[in-house]
Parts: sequence; structure tokens; C-alpha cells
Amino acid sequence: MTWIAIQMLMGDRAKYLGIVAGITFAALLIAQQASIALGLLLRTTAHIQDIADADIWVMDPNVQFIDEFKPLSENALHRVRGVPGVAWAVPIYKGQGRLKLAVGQLDKKKAKYQQSVVLGLDDATLVGAPRQILLGSLADLRKPDAVIIDESGYRYLWPNEPLAVGRELEMNDHRAVVVGICKASETFQTFPIFYCRYRQALRYVPQERKAMSAILVGVEQGVSKEDVCRRIMEQTALKPLRAGDPPRPGLKALTHEQFIASTLMYFVRRTGIVINFGITVSLGFLVGCAVAGQTFYAFTLENLPQFGSLKAMGASNLRIVGMVLTQALMAGLIGYGLGVGVAALFGQIMTTSSRLAFYMPWHVLVGTGAAVGLIVVLASLVSVYKVLVLEPAAIFRG
Amino acid sequence: MGSAAAAERAVICQGVTKDFGEGEARVRALRGVDLEVNPGQMTLLVGPSGCGKTTLISIIAGLLDATAGEVTVLGQNLRQLRGRELVRFRGQYIGFVFQQYNLLPALTAAENAAVPLIIAGHKRRTAVAKASAILEAVGLADKINVLPAQLSGGQQQRVAIARALVHEPKLLVCDEPTAALDAQAGQVVMQLLRRVAVQPGRAVIVVTHDNRVFRFGDRIVYMNDGTIDKVEEQKNRDGSV
Repeated sequence: MTWIAIQMLMGDRAKYLGIVAGITFAALLIAQQASIALGLLLRTTAHIQDIADADIWVMDPNVQFIDEFKPLSENALHRVRGVPGVAWAVPIYKGQGRLKLAVGQLDKKKAKYQQSVVLGLDDATLVGAPRQILLGSLADLRKPDAVIIDESGYRYLWPNEPLAVGRELEMNDHRAVVVGICKASETFQTFPIFYCRYRQALRYVPQERKAMSAILVGVEQGVSKEDVCRRIMEQTALKPLRAGDPPRPGLKALTHEQFIASTLMYFVRRTGIVINFGITVSLGFLVGCAVAGQTFYAFTLENLPQFGSLKAMGASNLRIVGMVLTQALMAGLIGYGLGVGVAALFGQIMTTSSRLAFYMPWHVLVGTGAAVGLIVVLASLVSVYKVLVLEPAAIFRG
Repeated sequence: MGSAAAAERAVICQGVTKDFGEGEARVRALRGVDLEVNPGQMTLLVGPSGCGKTTLISIIAGLLDATAGEVTVLGQNLRQLRGRELVRFRGQYIGFVFQQYNLLPALTAAENAAVPLIIAGHKRRTAVAKASAILEAVGLADKINVLPAQLSGGQQQRVAIARALVHEPKLLVCDEPTAALDAQAGQVVMQLLRRVAVQPGRAVIVVTHDNRVFRFGDRIVYMNDGTIDKVEEQKNRDGSV
């Protein structure tokens, strides 16, 4: 009977294509919009992901996400290094710098200015350095005024020019020399990223009493990262202002994964990105339901005499319902495959030819599959009801 | 039924009444119909539109429940069968020919004719092979792999007859099998039914109001206003092919 059901479905080309098109459209919209939303959200955590050396990030207790670091004193670094389970702890600076491309250019009209991200890495270890150097060498970062720029930023600053080291520029009126070009994850703000040594980064930025953005920590082998986080927070806690009160928070310590989650949740809560994309996804779902449901119902209505004949000839209600569900499932599977396939192709093309944010993990595929499953169920409900109440005797009455 | 005489009858209807609707809107379609149908014969149910012919064959075929009265088909009282038992009984012992053929447009002639066997659980390949043999018997050997849309109305009805016979039913129920056909094609279909369908162990009931085909029946049951007016036996029926 499954074979008959599929033949019936495929036999009516126009309706079959209509049902599949409705589901394909819904799956495409759901998968594509969800992937773009995830891609955008993921960009907010680009710096954390790129600094994969750190097991733990230690920061001011009020920090909610990576772009709102509140400076720490150098003392904090020593206190963290004293916590049991900490293998190493190094400072990192993350801030913004104002870039002037032409060094010494007096004519401001000809000079090009650009806001940029400055990442200051520990002078001794360079922990947090980019993993993939495209041009130049990481060791060159130890040279005076040396910076490494990300490829995307380079192409933005010097479009249509070949990658080259040796370019000079000014960062907050201080000289900087590009000694390398690296790969870095696309960020939410899209500013060029400059990697340099920590001490050099402090020269670039306005002098403040506290300058350290965060502390990157590596834990000893076999020690739980969560345990070390808890110990750091306990041991850096401040005394209560009044006797009997609980201690005041000192430093906040989050594992690599926790900091990514914290940053993501901040943007989810504060930007409404999920609601905005959710509306589009919901519209895709509704349109899919409407188009697939209506076409599938029309298909079932057209085939009612055939279903009635099958009932008269001895096919049970269960088998007839099975046929209807098989047809809906078949259309759903094909529509789902086409929809996510086109969405993946779109993502592949757009991410290679442009800077479109697109990230399609398996969760998107599962979520889209569940949505398509729901569309299939909703679309077939009315049809199932129609064939269930169909009296086989009606076939004799015309 | 019990008695040997009753066992010999393919169908026995005793005081069959059928009402549609309730209260003020109630319509009595059958008013205490008594009818016996013999195996090896073609019985024609004839009468004007709305006289209850279709309702009666629907009840005989187990597609409708009688409001009152008893219906025994092939020795089985239909009231004693419920749900799946009745569906299985229908699938096993009764064949159907519909006015509008009701072939599945996406299936070939052989696949359409194989449907009752597939419903009964036969494998597709063996079912289609058996259906192809029946199609040869109804003169469609060269149309086995043709879709219904490529067949004439008469040819489609012949496929429907092959479908109704493929599982060797003991009772064949035909609802206006010539109504959608021109006179010549109608004659061919009736001749085919006589030649292929009427067998010693099989009863054929044909509902029709086409008096041009009356000569093919062994018995003609005249109905009017939910009752049987008279039953005519035809000794000199036309069974020529």
C-alpha cells in the first residue's frame, strides 16, 4: 500500500510539486534564517573562540560579555596565579584604537581613519595569538611597534591590494608596523583586528590606573575547570562591608564555554535578535503550513473516490490513514531535503563570496526537521479526518 | 443460516429496511426488502432513480448497515461481522465494479487490476502477474502497461472488471457499469461480464437503469420506492459474445 500511496502522490505532478514547493520554501526559510541568526550571534563570540588557549577567563564581576571589559589591576593577576589548580595566568588587553593609515600625513583630508580592535597579548608567552598566520611570522610580533592584522580587516583597509607586510600606520598617534596577516573569525562589529604585545597595546591606548581587560588562565592537567573557577571567585572575594553580610564578589571566572554562552545570552537578551529572526522563521512556518496544507487537502479531496474504492475493496481505515500519512511524509522528506540543501548551498556561496554571517550546525537541521514534521502533521490532519469519515458506500452514490 | 437451501443462496435479504437521517428529516430508502440471489447467475437490479437500488447493493456488499432486517451473504450474517471482520470479509469475497471505474490514475492497467491482491497482502510482483493474466482474459493484453488516461471509457471499465475479478470473489457487485459508456461499449462490457464474471460459484449483481442491457441478466429484479415490485426470470437471455 505504501507503494500505491507514493505512486498516487507522484502521479499528480502539479499538486505533488505544489506540496513539495510549500514545504521546501518553509524549510529553506527556517533553516536559512536560523543559520543567519546563529552566524550573527556567533560573531559576538569571535574573540573568545579565537583565543582557544585559555581554559578560563577571569574578569571584573560586572562583565556580562566580551565587549564590556572593565579594567583590572595588576594585583588581580598575582592573586589568580596563587589559586591552586592554576597552571598559568597571563594578562590580555582588549580595546579599541583609532587608526590612521598614512603615517605622518599632515593633510587630514587625505588621511584615512578607521576604528579598530586592539588585542594585547602577554609579552612573554603571546597566549591568545592567532592560530593561522597567512603572511609573516608570529615571532615578528616581538619587533618594535609590530602588529598583526586579520585578513578581513586588511582587505577592508586596503581593498584590491595584495597581502603584504611592512605597511606603516598610526594607532592613536603611535607608530605601528604590519608584520603579519592572520586568519581570524569574523566579528559582530567588523572592525579590523590588530594583535600586538600587551605592553605595546598599553602604549596605544589612553593611560589609565587600571588597564588589564581580563586574565587568561590555563588549568593544571586533571583539574576541573569549573573547580578552578569556583576557587578563583572564592579566593578573590572581598570582605563584606558590614559584619554578617556575605563576602562581596572579587573576580568573575568563567570557563571558555561559559564565557561564550554568557556573551551569546547577553546579545539574545538585549538585542531582540532572536525575536526578529523568530518572526521570519514563524512566517516561513505559517506559509509552509498554509501552502502545503491547502494543496495536500486538495490532493486528498481529488482522490477521495479512489480512497473510497480502496475502502470498499477491503482496505482498513488504518491502512488508508497510513497511505495519507505516507504521502505527507514523502512530500515532507523531499521538501525538507530540498529546503535545507538550498539553504546550505546559499550559505556556502554567500560565505565564500561575501562576509555574510551563516552558521548551520546540526541543531538547525534537527530544528528545521521538527518544524517540517509539524507542518506535515498539521497539513495531513484535515486530510486524515476526511478519509476517516469517508463512507465507502459513498462511492456508489457518486 | 443452517439449512442447505440457504447455504446454496449467495445472498438472502429478509425484511431489509434502511433509513437515512433522523426525526423529521428521516427518509426511508428501503421498506422491508426480501431478495434472494443465486450463484452462477447474473441478477439485474433495475428501477428509476431513487428507488433504492444503490442502497440495497451497498447493504448487500457490507458497505452500509441495514436499519432493520437480516442480510446473509455467502452464508454469513453480516450483522455478526464488525469492524475489521467485515472489511476482511469484503476484501476476500466481494468484487466491485463502479460506475466511474475509480482507477488510480498513476497506476498502469495491470497495477490497477492488482490492487485487491495488494490489499490482501500479496507481493506486488505476483499480484501484477496475476492481474496481467486477467487483463488478457478481458481482451486488454496489449494495454497491460498503459495508464488509465490512455484508455477509452470501455477499456477502463474492462480494467475495473479485471480488478473486481482478480481475487476470485464469490460475489460481484456492479453499480451502473454501462452508465458512463456509449451503447456499443456498454454492450461489450455486459458481454464481458457474462462471459468472464458469471461462474458456477459466483453471483453477479448488476445495478442498472439501462434497459438495453436487460437481456444479459438471468433474473431481473424491478424496484420501486424502496420495495421490490417483481422478479423476472429470463430463460432466453442473450449471452453471446
